[in-house]
Amino acid sequence: MDFDFSPAEEAFRSEVQAFIRDHKPAPNDPEGVANWHKQIREKRWVGFSWPREVGGGGGTISQQVILKEEMSKAKAPSLGTCFMGLAWVGPALIEYGTEEQKQKFIPEILDGAYQWCTGYSEPDSGSDLASLSCKGVREGEAYLVNGQKIWTSIAMWSKWIILLVRTSGDGTKHEGITCLLVPMDSDGIEVRPIKNMSGGAMFAEVFFNDVRVPLGNRLGAEGEGWKVTVSALAHERSSIAEVTGLQRTVEAVKELAKRCTRNGVPSHLDPGIRARIARADAKVEAMRLNGMRALTRQLKGETLAGETSVNKLHRANLEIELGELALEIQGDRGPLDGAATEEDGRWQRLALNWPEVVIGGGTPNIQRNIIAERILGLPKD
Amino acid sequence: MNFGFSEEQDLLRSEARKFLDESCPLDEVRKISEDAAGPGYSPELWRQIAELGWVGLTIPEAHGGAGLGWVDWVVVLEEAGRSLFPAPLIPTALAAHAIERFGNEAQHAVWLPSLADGSAIGTVAIVEAGQAPGPAGIGLVASRDGESLVLSGEKVFVSDIAAADLFVVAYRFGDSPGLALVERVAEGLTLESQPGIDLTKRIGKISLDAVRVAPENVLDGANGEAVSALLDAGAVAVTAEAIGAAEAALALTASYAKDRIQFGKPIAQFQGVKHPLAEMYVDIESFKSLVYYAAWCIDEGHEDAPIAAARAKAYASDTFPKIGIDAVGLHGGIGYTWEYDAHLFLKRAKWVRPAFGDADWHYERVAQLGGL
Ligand SMILES: Cc1cc2nc3c(=O)[nH]c(=O)nc-3n(C[C@H](O)[C@H](O)[C@H](O)COP(=O)(O)OP(=O)(O)OC[C@H]3O[C@@H](n4cnc5c(N)ncnc54)[C@H](O)[C@@H]3O)c2cc1C
Repeated sequence: MDFDFSPAEEAFRSEVQAFIRDHKPAPNDPEGVANWHKQIREKRWVGFSWPREVGGGGGTISQQVILKEEMSKAKAPSLGTCFMGLAWVGPALIEYGTEEQKQKFIPEILDGAYQWCTGYSEPDSGSDLASLSCKGVREGEAYLVNGQKIWTSIAMWSKWIILLVRTSGDGTKHEGITCLLVPMDSDGIEVRPIKNMSGGAMFAEVFFNDVRVPLGNRLGAEGEGWKVTVSALAHERSSIAEVTGLQRTVEAVKELAKRCTRNGVPSHLDPGIRARIARADAKVEAMRLNGMRALTRQLKGETLAGETSVNKLHRANLEIELGELALEIQGDRGPLDGAATEEDGRWQRLALNWPEVVIGGGTPNIQRNIIAERILGLPKD
Repeated sequence: MNFGFSEEQDLLRSEARKFLDESCPLDEVRKISEDAAGPGYSPELWRQIAELGWVGLTIPEAHGGAGLGWVDWVVVLEEAGRSLFPAPLIPTALAAHAIERFGNEAQHAVWLPSLADGSAIGTVAIVEAGQAPGPAGIGLVASRDGESLVLSGEKVFVSDIAAADLFVVAYRFGDSPGLALVERVAEGLTLESQPGIDLTKRIGKISLDAVRVAPENVLDGANGEAVSALLDAGAVAVTAEAIGAAEAALALTASYAKDRIQFGKPIAQFQGVKHPLAEMYVDIESFKSLVYYAAWCIDEGHEDAPIAAARAKAYASDTFPKIGIDAVGLHGGIGYTWEYDAHLFLKRAKWVRPAFGDADWHYERVAQLGGL
């Protein structure tokens, strides 16, 4: 057991720290931010885990951990701006894309030229994603797509969508699914934003009405869409130990508790509040260490069977608990909104936005199923 | 960066597993622990594990031990916990740890070799009835009589009283806490074993009525921080055992749930059964990670050691009792029987919960050490 990084890895850390010190832009300096993104792109820190042949950084797992840790600690701008392109479209392209597709899309994803959105969920297919029914029917050199997607994040601001359609009703439900890459300005696509419970609208319904998608826009073989999706979603392993954001939230909750009074007692002296903050603290530390153990196993060449679900469950619980705790700490000020709030409504947002983390990436029940079935070997329900 | 075990540590684990499976399966555990008149452990098995080097695992080689670290020790304790192995392993190691860290060379030479080879059994007597499991909770007073200290007071939750030859006793001299070595034969020492729920863990109370401690039996390096460090070491050790015990409870329950058919299918197919099992896994993996890190911190003398120990023990004390309850409950009626093993784990959890500080105590320490 050894928590130290090698001298070469520590040298890389120093390089990252020095870069941040010299280049981190002020938050309200758009020119500085643009310049930042240009420079980290040149350093190949965008797509850092991707192979160098496709324009990625070829970073080792340890380097990826270091890079993310330092960036997050410094509250630096994100590593790249094409969120879903970097998270799963790119990895899927790298594994399943044709040469032509790779050459077209990967540089644009790395440059952050535009946004991608993800068209998986449908009104009748959420957790049971493989039951999806949006149809793709082969017509000559194209697929004709008809159906509906829902909860499609940032659909209204995206130029492309990675889409799952049903191209066959034969075989198992997983077998008839195909993955298509579709321009959002195609004829026959209609986007209707959905307002969420915090009042914003960041996801949408997307309707497909006889949308023609050329065969060249298919990612992977026909009927291979499920595999393409699963392998891409499994890609980002180094984030498993990334808890800097949660650590910062816990520290901020402590500071909040020191400023607030509730039931006639300073909140940070309330034993119940103290215990809950400490419990959150211990959970975040457990996540960090669980992540380190998982990374160690990967460095030894082992594959994980669903261990990432452990931290996903912790993250989901913490996301809800920290929002609740922060509002409870504020007592009768917790329900306020707008100008009268602490820290410009930060805590109210946290208490209302948890579904993005808790529901967005597979619900807690689904994570429990994954652990029970893949790790404990219990039967499927 | 490597948060995993070495090949040697993996080997140590498989050796420990093999020995315990062969020599001390649960039938044997029951025989040893249900014998109320017995010492609560098997002297024959104790001799064998001493030969295997487990008893003196963390004692320096110069004093007859194996000279390994706490991370290695955790490996053995996990396996001991998995088997609910009844033996004074942890108390003896803690006594040795106290002497090694806070004693002088003469004390090392007198005590460590016999603790390492298992010929002497040690235990620690720190906490007092209803008091905080920290330096502030020590009420047992020391006064001076010439060169000697004279100790009077009472200690509870002392492990393996019937077996112990040596007691490391925490006292207060004025406002300063300290640690003294008191032998079983000391005049004025009264030992009272008390029945416990977990028959595999023998506990009891000791009273000291003007027990004289010669200067060579006072650990000069001990102070309040030393008492805290000793309690932290204890917390890490019992939590390491709890990992194994909780994993055994999960394995037993998961395997039963796969076999037991109701409503035409294995009960493991019902999410009301399956999801609590998944939650057990989440909690065990998590306090496991926390314990491994805490053990590493002790080995490295890392400044995180106190908060790491507190997080590990808090998390385990918080969740292991529920794991024990679910292990029994998910079995249905059979889980409630004496004959079936599920209750053994539930009872271990009841012992672990307050040992070296409960969840409330340690979460409060996490809060304080974290700046609240
Ligand atoms: C903020 C946000 C952003 C999103 N962005 C996208 C996106 O960009 N692209 C996209 O494709 N999708 C997106 N989603 C959709 C998301 O993936 C789904 O909401 C999620 O998979 C759950 O599906 P559902 O909403 O249909 O709920 P359902 O699957 O209907 O689930 C409802 C409830 O039933 C439970 N449940 C379902 N099945 C089981 C089971 N087998 N066992 C036990 N309980 C079960 C669930 O846990 C849940 O509590 C987004 C969702 C949110 C909230």
